[in-house]
Amino acid sequence: MTTAKTGQVPLAHDSKTRAAPRRTALSAMGSRRLWLTVLGWGVAILIFFPIFWMIVTSFKTEAEAIADPSLIFSPTVENYVEVQQRADYFKFAMNSVVVAFGSTLLALLLAIPSAYSMAFLPTRRTKGTLLWMLSTKMLPPVGVLVPIYLLFRDTGLLDTRTGLIIVYTLMNLPIVVWMLYTFFKDLPKDILEAGRMDGASTFQEVWHLLLPLTLPGIASTGLLSVILSWNEAFWSLNLTSSQAAPLTAYIASFSSPEGLFWAKLSAASTMAIAPILVFGWLTQKQMVRGLTFGAVK
Amino acid sequence: MATLQLKQVVKQFDDTRVIKGVDLDVNDKEFVVFVGPSGCGKSTLLRMIAGLESTSDGDILIDGQRMNEVGPAERGLAMVFQSYALYPHMTVEDNMGFSLKLAGVSRQERRQKVLEAARILQLEPLLDRKPKALSGGQRQRVAIGRAIVRNPSIFLFDEPLSNLDAALRVQMRIELARLHDELDATMIYVTHDQIEAMTMADKIVVLQGGVVEQVGSPMELYHHPRNRFVAGFIGSPKMNFIDVEVIGAGAEGVDVRLPGGGQCTVPVEGGQLQAGEALELGIRPEHLVLDEQGPLAGEIQVIERLGGSTSLYLQMGETSVTVVTDGDVASQVRDTVHFGFVPSRAHLFDRDGLALKSLQRHPLADISRQDNRSAPSAATSH
Repeated sequence: MTTAKTGQVPLAHDSKTRAAPRRTALSAMGSRRLWLTVLGWGVAILIFFPIFWMIVTSFKTEAEAIADPSLIFSPTVENYVEVQQRADYFKFAMNSVVVAFGSTLLALLLAIPSAYSMAFLPTRRTKGTLLWMLSTKMLPPVGVLVPIYLLFRDTGLLDTRTGLIIVYTLMNLPIVVWMLYTFFKDLPKDILEAGRMDGASTFQEVWHLLLPLTLPGIASTGLLSVILSWNEAFWSLNLTSSQAAPLTAYIASFSSPEGLFWAKLSAASTMAIAPILVFGWLTQKQMVRGLTFGAVK
Repeated sequence: MATLQLKQVVKQFDDTRVIKGVDLDVNDKEFVVFVGPSGCGKSTLLRMIAGLESTSDGDILIDGQRMNEVGPAERGLAMVFQSYALYPHMTVEDNMGFSLKLAGVSRQERRQKVLEAARILQLEPLLDRKPKALSGGQRQRVAIGRAIVRNPSIFLFDEPLSNLDAALRVQMRIELARLHDELDATMIYVTHDQIEAMTMADKIVVLQGGVVEQVGSPMELYHHPRNRFVAGFIGSPKMNFIDVEVIGAGAEGVDVRLPGGGQCTVPVEGGQLQAGEALELGIRPEHLVLDEQGPLAGEIQVIERLGGSTSLYLQMGETSVTVVTDGDVASQVRDTVHFGFVPSRAHLFDRDGLALKSLQRHPLADISRQDNRSAPSAATSH
């Protein structure tokens, strides 16, 4: 009963005439798939290659690192040992963790109420406010470096984790609000109204209904914010020195004026990105789920 | 006791007035249906009663107390949404018990109340399921169950059956009517489906453009529509409207000239009518009868045979006329048929679309659904 399954009108002479074009269509689909697979792998390799090369280089000696590129060498961990002797990796790493997660938590705490109000109680200015918030991301950070530096100096926030958390929160807030806003907007308003009829206060509405129902979205927003904060270098290099410096500053400290030590720099970089790489790897399912949340409901 | 009063209630969104001064009394245990075309403001009015929309002007009173500034939960109402609005991450039991949980009711008491509501709605085997594992009809019942558990003074329904298929809709309609009897509660129900309105309501409120066109029992609206809009909206197929001319008015009613030269006397109050004045005669398709001697004639354009009855769509000059007649009628498309009607079944509408008052009230006009349920003699007791 193939006709019933495919929904075709059963014609007495159609089985042969139909089969050929269908086969071509199938093979066209197959080759399209193949091309997409090749393209996907190509792009992935292109993106991953520098990281791969950095990891490889970190296991070479300085001499090998600047010699002709080669994959054949005897690996060594001397760079890692030396890098750890020069600076305490764990201190920087701890700063990175505290600052990235702290700023993400703070950004979420601020963004959830604002996204809630924009998504469910919009005014005539809501769209404008959102666009304005996003437009601040187009401002080159260096443009506000001097005023922020002076503010930090006068308030004693220079080289403190708190200061960095504040800056990162402000830096990521527009994106976090915007993302949460789109996730919240996908939630049927009726559900929150039903909650209101059931006697939920605004806080209970958010806590019992909004948060559990948009958790995948909130999680992926948070993950993105963590990654953006972890990778941020401009502010951390300018606003911290010894106490609160995160891993980005740690890497930078290996580019010395007397010349670059590629192998050591690679080892430091590998150690700096390793945690976030593992973190991203472990949470990739959640990231993809969150970013496509709503689209494939 | 649960009564609702609306006094000159207004809703304004920026420059647009969606509800333009509505007055309404809903009595205890009454089943009131708001009906009207989409965009008439019926859902907005319901949401204002629920407290989900603010009231721009006028008063909303529940049991005599002004509720304008009172929040939705404190009004003591429960609402069933068109989309059901179940909490997708909670089980049926948690959905139904959510309001009690928020109110701080103990787990044991909560379970007891949920079980009670589940029993009424036959939901007991489904209590551990999540909404996505339920069919449309079951979700609907959970939404109703969630309302029952709150033990509200008034139930509000916002087009609750419009997402169900036709067969289930009929079944749920009967179930809701049964529920109304069982719970003995005041219910307000919004729909655009006039069949739902006719079958379930004690009192129908017909809305158009944010204005109440008429309030009355289903039979009152059917037999004594106040204006052309209500006449056309209530009844299916729609009432026919035929241009007529006044010949004169007397104690027997108004004499009018029909298209094609025929005459009839419609038993309505003539008032200040002048001879020659143009009126519209309204007559329902089911009140037109095929009759070779009939004063009207038209050519059949379309025939719809439903078995038990047949709908004939006729063209009579410029006017389209629908006749609902016997299922076995032998007429065919392009035939010209003659038809007539009993004048007491007809309505007359003036130039402003207002109905001229009938000289005699229809005996069933004041019967409500409650009367239907209690005693047949109630029909004449009014």
